[in-house]
Order: sequence, then structure tokens, then C-alpha cells
Amino acid sequence: MNAAGNWEALKTIVFREVHRILRIWGQTLVPPAITMTLYFAIFGKLIGARIGEMDGMRYIDFIVPGLIMMAVIQNSYGNIVSSFFGAKFQRFIEELLVSPTPNWVILLGYTLGAVARGLMVGAIVLVVAMCFTRIQVQHPLITLMTLLLSSVMFAFAGFINAVYAKKFDDIAIVPTFILTPLTYLGGVFYSVALLPPFWQRASELNPILYTVNAFRYGLLGVSDVPLATAFAVMLGFTVVLGLISMHLLSRGKGLRA
Amino acid sequence: MTELALSIRGLRKTYDNGVTALAGIDLDVATGDFFALLGPNGAGKSTTIGIVTSLVNRTGGSVQVFGHDLGNEREAALSCVGVVPQEINFNQFEKPFDIVSNQAGFYGLPRKLARERAEKYLRQLSLWDKAHVAARTLSGGMKRRLMIARAMVHEPRLLILDEPTAGVDIEIRRSMWQFVQGINAAGTTVILTTHYLEEAESLCRNIAIIDRGRIVEHTSMKALLAKLDRETFVLDLVDSMDAAPTVSGAVQLRRIDATTLEAEVPRDTTLNELFAELGRSGIRVRSLRNKANRLEELFLGLVERGNGVAQ
Repeated sequence: MNAAGNWEALKTIVFREVHRILRIWGQTLVPPAITMTLYFAIFGKLIGARIGEMDGMRYIDFIVPGLIMMAVIQNSYGNIVSSFFGAKFQRFIEELLVSPTPNWVILLGYTLGAVARGLMVGAIVLVVAMCFTRIQVQHPLITLMTLLLSSVMFAFAGFINAVYAKKFDDIAIVPTFILTPLTYLGGVFYSVALLPPFWQRASELNPILYTVNAFRYGLLGVSDVPLATAFAVMLGFTVVLGLISMHLLSRGKGLRA
Repeated sequence: MTELALSIRGLRKTYDNGVTALAGIDLDVATGDFFALLGPNGAGKSTTIGIVTSLVNRTGGSVQVFGHDLGNEREAALSCVGVVPQEINFNQFEKPFDIVSNQAGFYGLPRKLARERAEKYLRQLSLWDKAHVAARTLSGGMKRRLMIARAMVHEPRLLILDEPTAGVDIEIRRSMWQFVQGINAAGTTVILTTHYLEEAESLCRNIAIIDRGRIVEHTSMKALLAKLDRETFVLDLVDSMDAAPTVSGAVQLRRIDATTLEAEVPRDTTLNELFAELGRSGIRVRSLRNKANRLEELFLGLVERGNGVAQ
């Protein structure tokens, strides 16, 4: 197809994804709002008031970037993994596979759908956060770039999970046993400087540490890791996961017999 | 030379479990043809269609659609093809209008045109009043017609129908065939797989029969039917009889019950001659019908020969 045709195909995939997110808003947009409200109320207000300061700021302010990033990551990942696997499971992914839509357009379309949900949920969590505290964005461009890069990176990861998944259990295992622990251990609720040296080193292997800290730098101006390192890691993961996704799609892994 | 809608050469497919579905087939379908691809279950029909529509990776061989090689010019080749699969494969939670117009989008049609085409084909297939309800609420026949509308929305030059009338009642089946015959008359090449052989016989001009991954027949419907050397008719009689009479000539009669006879008639014997013989024996016939569809008899012969059942 020519560029105009690809553009139409891309728009169609993205609109279909956004339409799906809005159609099942009770499953996609409401749960993170409720969960994050509880996090802010319990960890921010009730417990946070007794914790005192973290990195020179109120605890509730410290956890805002991490909680927004946690919601963005989980929802970007969750959107693509459930949507793409659902399309595979119900076999309507064949609508795309039999069409002349190039693989890169398919991947980009699903990724932008995941980013859209990540940003929608991120915005909802930010609004919830504003009910508990006041945040002034220190570096808007870094904040936005981190949001987008993290969202794309975890969308690719979710896509790979969906490609390999053969049953619904397979799309629940990775978020439950890998993504959630990595998120909790990625400095959402604490500064890694509080950890013993060994665990500080171990934390450096966790990519979520870099997304949370880059985002915290963008919002609050503080970070446990150098900003350049954080972006290099995020960029590196995004490129590698993106290449793997494209490779799987062009081989037809889990899609073509 | 007429341009070929589909040209397959040496197509092979061995699945990961070691099963060879296609053992190197050659197949040509002319532009504008209404072509039947027949075969028993597991013969390789759906694998062939899967490869042509890029849902199955081939092990070897080549496929060209209107001269576009599926390997080197995948997008150009797929742009020419519309497919109605055997199984329901749309999102049951979406609305028919969205399913069809989105499919147009996947073929690069602008949104406005996509919506116009979706309406056009949903109307033509009598689905417009269901355009905005969840697809899961449609009946089986409606779901089949929805898949035809979806396959037609980009107005493909080659339409592939993989058992589109399975489980569909006669009335809907007839209206579907009317629609497909109309688009074929307008120039769209149609490839059909079906287990209803009378459909294939009445609709298709050319035919290929595939069995255990090999093409066992590839000819015109007329030429194939000409190979049938005997036909069997079932006769309902006015009067009852105790035994089948012997008639002269090569016609053989078998008594089924008191008022039913089976007549096996050689190809060079006319029905007039048959009735003359029956009249001479005092047999009055109320009605007659073919025992089996003519194509069915040939089909079974070809497939059974391949299986070593009949020699």
C-alpha cells in the first residue's frame, strides 16, 4: 500500500483500540482510578504523614510520580496484551493478517492504542493525585518524553507476551509475577538510596527504576539515577523490544501456521 | 493469453507436527472464472487458501495473484484478494458496520469511502437493519453474510469462499449464491470450496479436486462431467411390483421396494429410450430423480481411487 493507504490502516487500528478502551471503560479506566485513590489515601495521607520526608520532600509528593508511572506502565502493557491476545483468541486478528497492512503499521497501531490508554490512565491518576497534594511540573518536556517512552517500551513488552500467549493464563502470568514485583521494587514507594549497597546494585538491573526516576525528575526535579543513564536504558529497552516485536510479527509467530 | 487470477506452482506445506498438507500442487485460475476447489476433509483445501491469504506460511513453491508474487509483492497480491473463511472470525462485540468499515480501512480506503462501501454491501446482503447491533446477536446465516460483506468491502478482484454455506438454510444459501453470481458476472473471479457438490456443479465453470495434498483433477466442469459413463436414477412407480423386470439394452433395473426402482443408465442411452423400455414392460413412472449428484459420483470415484478403495 502507499503512504496514504498505510495512514488509513494505522488510523483504523488506533481508532478501533481507543474505541475499545472507551467501550469497556469500567475495565480499563475506572480500576486504576480506584486503586490509585487508595494508594494516595493509605500510603500518602495516612501512613505517609508518619513517614516524614523522602529525598527532602513530603512522602505523598515523593510517591506521586511513581504511582502515575506504575499506572501508565501497567495499563500500556495490559492494553496491548489483552487486546492483541483477544484478537488472536477470537481470530479476528486474521482481518489484519489477510489485508495488505504492513507489519510495522500493525505494531505501531496497537502500540499507539496502548500509549493512548497509558496516557488516559496517567491523566486520571494525576487528577486523583491533585486531590491529595499539589505538584508543579519541573521539566515538562522530560516528563512527557518519559511518559511516552515508558509507555511504548511496555507496550512492546506486552505485545511480545501476547504473541507467545496461548491461553488467558499466559497473559496474566507476566504481569502478576514479573511486572508487578518489578514495579514495586522500582523505587515507586522509596528512594533506592535507602537500600543496602547490594540491593542498590540489584535494583539497577530493573528497567522500571529508570522510568520511575526519570519521571520523578521531570515532575519533581529529583532522581536516584542520572537522567542520561535513565534515558539510555529506556531507549535501549524500547529499541530491543521493538525489534523483537517486529521480528515475531514478520515470522508470524503464534499468528500464522 | 488470459491473465491468471491465481497461479500456484509446486506449493508445499509441512506443518510443525510433521504433517504434509500439500505435496507440491500446481493450480491455475483464470480471470473471471467461477472455480471450485473440492476435496475431502483434510485434503489441503484450507491450507491452500490459508497460504494464498497469507494466514499460513508455505514450505515451498510460489503463489501469484494477478501476476503479483505473494513472496515479493505481498501487499499488492493481498490487495486483490477477499476471503470468506470457514470459521467465524470477527469481533463478536463489535457492530457489523464497524467490522466492515474497519476492514476497508485495513485495505487503505479513506474513512468516508469505507463507510459508504460498508453501507452498500451491508444493504446488498440484507444486513443494513442489523448494522448497529452487536455482531454476536446475529443469526448463523447473518454472520456468514457479514463475512461476505467484509470480504467485498475493498472490492477485490479475487474472492475466495471457504465453505461459506456450511450450516446455512436453503433460502439464505440461495440469496448468497445470487449475490456471488452477480459479482462474478460483474468480473470478480470466485474460488469456492464446499461440501455441497450440487452447488459446485451448478455454479462453477472449472474445477480442481485435491486429495491428500495432491491435485487429482484439474479441468472444466463440463469435461469432468463428460467422464461420467453411467448415471443412476430413482424411479417412483404408479403400480407396485414383486420383482424388477429385465429390459433390453444396457439399462439395469434394481427393485428397492414395491413402488421404487433404481435404473442405471449408460451415458449413451437417452431418457426417451429408457422410458420406451419401461413402457414396453408395462411400468408406469410417477417421478424420477438422480440417485446422487453427478459431480458427487465422480468426486467419490476420484477420491476413492486415490485411497485404493476402488480400482
